[in-house]
Amino acid sequence: MEHVYFDHNATTPVAPEARDAAAVCLGQVYGNASSIHHFGQAAKQKLEAARRQIAALIHAGPSEIVFTGGGTEADNMAVLGVARATGKGHIITSTIEHPAVLGPCAQLEREGFAVTRVRVGASGVVNPDDVRAALRPETVLVSVMHANNEIGTVQPIAEIARITREAGVPLHVDGVQALGKIPVDVDALGVDLYSVSAHKLYAPKGVGVLYIRKGTRLAPTDFGGHHERGHRPGTENVPGAAAFGAAAELAANTMFVESERQAALRDRLEKAVLNRISGTGVNGSCWNRTPNTSNIYFDGVDGEALVIALDLRGFAVSTGAACSSGAVTPSHVLTAIGLSDDRARASMRFSLGRLNTAAQVDALADALEASVAHLRRISVHA
Amino acid sequence: MPDAPIAVAMSGGVDSSTVAALLVRQGHRVVGMTMQLWNQRRLPELWAGAEAPVGHGRCCSLDDVYDARRVAEQIGIPYYVVNFEQQFEQHVVKPFVEEYLAGRTPVPCTLCNNYIKFDRFLDMADAAGARQIATGHYARIRYDEPSGRYQLLRGKDPAKDQTYFLFGLTQPQLARTLFPLGELTKPEVRELARSMGLAVAAKSDSQEICFVPNGDYAAFLHAYLQENDAAAPPPGPGPIVTADGRTLGEHNGVHRFTVGQRKGLRIAAAEPLYVIATDPKTQRVVVGGNGDLLRRGFFVKDVNWISIAGVSAPVRAQVKIRNKHAAAPATLHAAGGAARVEVIFDEPQRAVTPGQGAVFHDGDLVLGGGWIE
Repeated sequence: MEHVYFDHNATTPVAPEARDAAAVCLGQVYGNASSIHHFGQAAKQKLEAARRQIAALIHAGPSEIVFTGGGTEADNMAVLGVARATGKGHIITSTIEHPAVLGPCAQLEREGFAVTRVRVGASGVVNPDDVRAALRPETVLVSVMHANNEIGTVQPIAEIARITREAGVPLHVDGVQALGKIPVDVDALGVDLYSVSAHKLYAPKGVGVLYIRKGTRLAPTDFGGHHERGHRPGTENVPGAAAFGAAAELAANTMFVESERQAALRDRLEKAVLNRISGTGVNGSCWNRTPNTSNIYFDGVDGEALVIALDLRGFAVSTGAACSSGAVTPSHVLTAIGLSDDRARASMRFSLGRLNTAAQVDALADALEASVAHLRRISVHA
Repeated sequence: MPDAPIAVAMSGGVDSSTVAALLVRQGHRVVGMTMQLWNQRRLPELWAGAEAPVGHGRCCSLDDVYDARRVAEQIGIPYYVVNFEQQFEQHVVKPFVEEYLAGRTPVPCTLCNNYIKFDRFLDMADAAGARQIATGHYARIRYDEPSGRYQLLRGKDPAKDQTYFLFGLTQPQLARTLFPLGELTKPEVRELARSMGLAVAAKSDSQEICFVPNGDYAAFLHAYLQENDAAAPPPGPGPIVTADGRTLGEHNGVHRFTVGQRKGLRIAAAEPLYVIATDPKTQRVVVGGNGDLLRRGFFVKDVNWISIAGVSAPVRAQVKIRNKHAAAPATLHAAGGAARVEVIFDEPQRAVTPGQGAVFHDGDLVLGGGWIE
């Protein structure tokens, strides 16, 4: 059976360009980028070329790019780093952040920081005025994601940045789900810290980047080396960085065409589902979304059962965030935008990618129609 | 669907792993599923001093999921973890706690079979397009043409027979269920697992109640009630009395005692004392000698009939009143409706305990069963 992938917000297939770049560094260019000799220099060149490629994609300076072990590590480095550079204070974030931000915020709360989690309405978009209202004299950090991983909604980062800049508070943005899907210009947006992940951009797992605007104070979270300007000690993952760099360049060249193409496919899917299957609807705002993401509820259907049924028909989708042993509680994002527990459990995330075609989307719609009808007939109770 | 898959409930243990592998070897399409029933990270205080650290080596632990996934990979079948924690808490854990607080001794494994494994899991199998499910229970099912009923029989291995926990299975459930291990003994199953090279062939058997660490159900009750901020705290101390009303001492909560229990009374007496009844209303634990535990007759409610349609006239049977009890000869009398039965043993039996299951046998056949009143 052919398996078709509609879960690109979980991870993406590695682009041939990225794979080739990594292969070079897994082959002849195997040096340690910190070594003085020829081998070290060759590796260092690959590392710095990648840094420039990623800096170019987000309009940053290469010296503001710190390679990490992934998006979660970049988020932790930013949130914990900024907070601990001051020692105490207040943090503002939102209720729809990824656990990679909510987790360190909760940890800081246990360490004595105050945390405000700004709510969102049914649209799934943070209101900048709420951020302004939450500001306190002792606020040390605002952290709001660029695009939501489950419903794809794009947050008004530029407006929030104007507010934080006025208040003199650093702004961290989790851009893991935005990079490569919508234009990212850290200067135009006015953000101070920006986290991204390679494997959401058709590059391998285990590599990420934290953009740190020059002059932003950050306490180190790891110790034991001077790599990455002291922010991330440890021998650099040169193959991963090189692949990330190649993927960034590829994204810069293809994003506009791809975004339009994927948005058209996404709309085609939604139109088919909403027209042909009763009791369905799109979760969150239909405007201001990443072009590849659609989150749809199927009333009366158990999401877990639908994922399994679709997988056995050859379609990979997800109920939301990837989780190895099934989610116990309904998605915090879907409940934050006002869905009942039942409807949240009946919701499905479809995230498209470069390799998806119109024929695949049509086949998915057919499979959905059949599976939802079957599940409703046997009424797997949620 | 001619080649509809069979959904196998895989716990990560040797029995269910062997079931999955056997069915694959027989040429069936198989889908493996592990039911996530209980979050072992809950009630961490219960794990202090336990041999295994939190979340390891226990039912529904990450280790078990790892093992099940590894077997599924080895035999090349699709595999999913399905989360039934909510249903498990509602239908198994909560009633377990409530029964103890009401002075009865519950059988959570039967509830789990009735409400989770042969209900919710069947639904999930349906979702996966599977008409049949298979589990690693040691029991047998056969279709009886003359009566048109699915019959349940004890497993071939008397030491592993699990029919005591399966008396609640309905005809529609039995019609869709396979017990491939019913004709095998445990040593044979281990040998099969070894011969098929399954990674879990030497894994030890699971403990009795999967969500209660070290079998300390009283500690579990306390931790659970505390976590849930229950309006009714666990019962406090009360008197230990004899049947004729003499007070012999004090106990620290009726829920800690079950009929037939000897341990934990802490009373010196000429002959050994046993719990013969508990009364949560008056907080009394009634004790007596071994002879006081013997009873000939009792009532069974919510009876589910399996191999026969019911009893209109008295029926001879062997009746089992707890998992480790050797079924004893008795007569079943209808006692108001098809779902209530009076059991009269030929010889009085020890410790007939309210809340336990009573299962009616005719030799290997399971006629039906219900709950001791």
